[in-house]
Amino acid sequence: MRRMPLTLGLLGVLLVSVVLAVRFDSVPMATPDFLAALTGTGEGWQRDILWHFRLPRALLGALVGGGLGLAGATFQALLRNPLAEPYILGISGGASVGAVTLLALGLAGSAAWALPLAAFAGALLAIALVFRVATASGRGMDVRVLLLAGVVVAAFFSACIAFILSISEARTVQSAVIWIMGSLAGADWTEVGLAAAYTLPAAAILLSLARPLNLMAIGEETAHYLGADVERVKRTALAVAALITAAGVAVAGVIGFVGLVVPHALRLISGSDHRSLLPLSFLGGAAFLTLADLFAKLVLAPTEVPIGVITAFVGVPIFLVLLRRSLSA
Amino acid sequence: MRLATVDLVVRYPSTTRLALDGVTMEARDGCLTAVLGPNGSGKSTLLKAILGTVPVRSGRALVDRKEISAWSRRELAREVGVVPQTETIAFPITSREMVAMGRYPYLGAWSSERDVDRRAVAAAMDACDVADLAERDITTLSGGELQRVRIARALAQEPRALVLDEPTASLDIRHEMAILELLRASADRGMNVLLITHGVDLAARFADELLLLADGRVAASGSPETVLRAEVLERVYRWPIAVSVDPTSGTPHVTPRRAPPAKDPDNAR
Repeated sequence: MRRMPLTLGLLGVLLVSVVLAVRFDSVPMATPDFLAALTGTGEGWQRDILWHFRLPRALLGALVGGGLGLAGATFQALLRNPLAEPYILGISGGASVGAVTLLALGLAGSAAWALPLAAFAGALLAIALVFRVATASGRGMDVRVLLLAGVVVAAFFSACIAFILSISEARTVQSAVIWIMGSLAGADWTEVGLAAAYTLPAAAILLSLARPLNLMAIGEETAHYLGADVERVKRTALAVAALITAAGVAVAGVIGFVGLVVPHALRLISGSDHRSLLPLSFLGGAAFLTLADLFAKLVLAPTEVPIGVITAFVGVPIFLVLLRRSLSA
Repeated sequence: MRLATVDLVVRYPSTTRLALDGVTMEARDGCLTAVLGPNGSGKSTLLKAILGTVPVRSGRALVDRKEISAWSRRELAREVGVVPQTETIAFPITSREMVAMGRYPYLGAWSSERDVDRRAVAAAMDACDVADLAERDITTLSGGELQRVRIARALAQEPRALVLDEPTASLDIRHEMAILELLRASADRGMNVLLITHGVDLAARFADELLLLADGRVAASGSPETVLRAEVLERVYRWPIAVSVDPTSGTPHVTPRRAPPAKDPDNAR
């Protein structure tokens, strides 16, 4: 019963965040100019700033954030652990390597739509690596080993990115910071379309898995007995959550902790039923990242802070609290 | 919903010992069948093999005369409710949410609970006396309460067979008896109840059939009187045992003797 008000509340927050993100930027615009540009009566270049820079940037933030929030909630259900998150598991790093490789080969210009797929390949590689290490003990999946594997794999991918960037022509790739700390700067409608084309169908698939994910959170054996096709659900959910992460990384680089912070907060408010947790995580992630980007633009204006800095400042303390709790449990 | 195995052999990967070594058994409708045996004798493995969650090396596992591998998980979950030995709950949910998971095999991906689902959940919670726990977070329940919630979840599946792995372990007298009475009543209504337990005396009182396992083989099976004989139990449990008739219930009563055999220094005090 709390689901409806919470959904509407988050939608409201998201809407306000998008409006604020369009209104405020590292380069200020006076209120009369803003209103004029909004109603289409202002000067052309100011209208362009609103419609071709700020609005696509806000929407891209919402799409990427929503995808990351949803992916985080999915990984947490699959691994039965609130610490699982695409960044911490090294999956974002893998996606980043995939995207950077495509860019360095000079292929991204001819086939921008393939960028998320290259990132997807990298993300799957990361999952294979991390999970193989984490299950090597043979006694199920040890969370500590999983986190350790994620960190090490992520460090390796960071090194790969730095290497690829250093051997490729500078102008074919954006700065390393974007691929390691993320950025929504320079977002355009093409990127919004690209992110939407991958994120929205993937989100629909994950939402359709809400019920079996509820069962998986109780345990895989029990999920079998309650009628879930566990292996199929696991494969589908892992692959689609990796794809959604990859789509986000392809357009905005590596942004950590959204998938950790958002589902954690929502679980406290609305409970652990994935039928509400998954859609709420999408909305919450969208609002969170849009607001984080607003901060990134304004905190040191006119200089922009990488958005991953903002999300890490929020996410790391929460991660540490959760880690402490899960180790003492 | 008959559950049966024929010459079932199971070996876990990376072990040489057979967990099940040619087990043939049957559990029938309207019967409460109790599976007994020492730790590591293959009780839980038998349950998992019948239900298709461990790979079988050879032999057959049959549910309603159909090979377990021919069942879809969804079909099977409508016919067989299972209470596994342990579950670790990753995220807090309410008791009602837990019980409602039993309706999973009846619902589509996007459909919400129908009246028939709500009635099944309510009936299962009443039967297990957990209706007043509906809104409680399951991580705050006592052992007995949680066990009853998990049994309610299995009953909410409206199954024709119920399989339980030590459902009364660590419960006090009242809660253990309440659960066994519930299982007995379910069997009397025609359900096939298959129960793994260490409680030999209570199994003798509540079960129609006993299946005694030792080292992955069937050591004895049949009525409690035929299975619970001192020489059989001593061989299986490797401990001196006396069997008498319980004066209250008239069923076999098993008394492990004091003074372990002196020739076995590991067991001497």
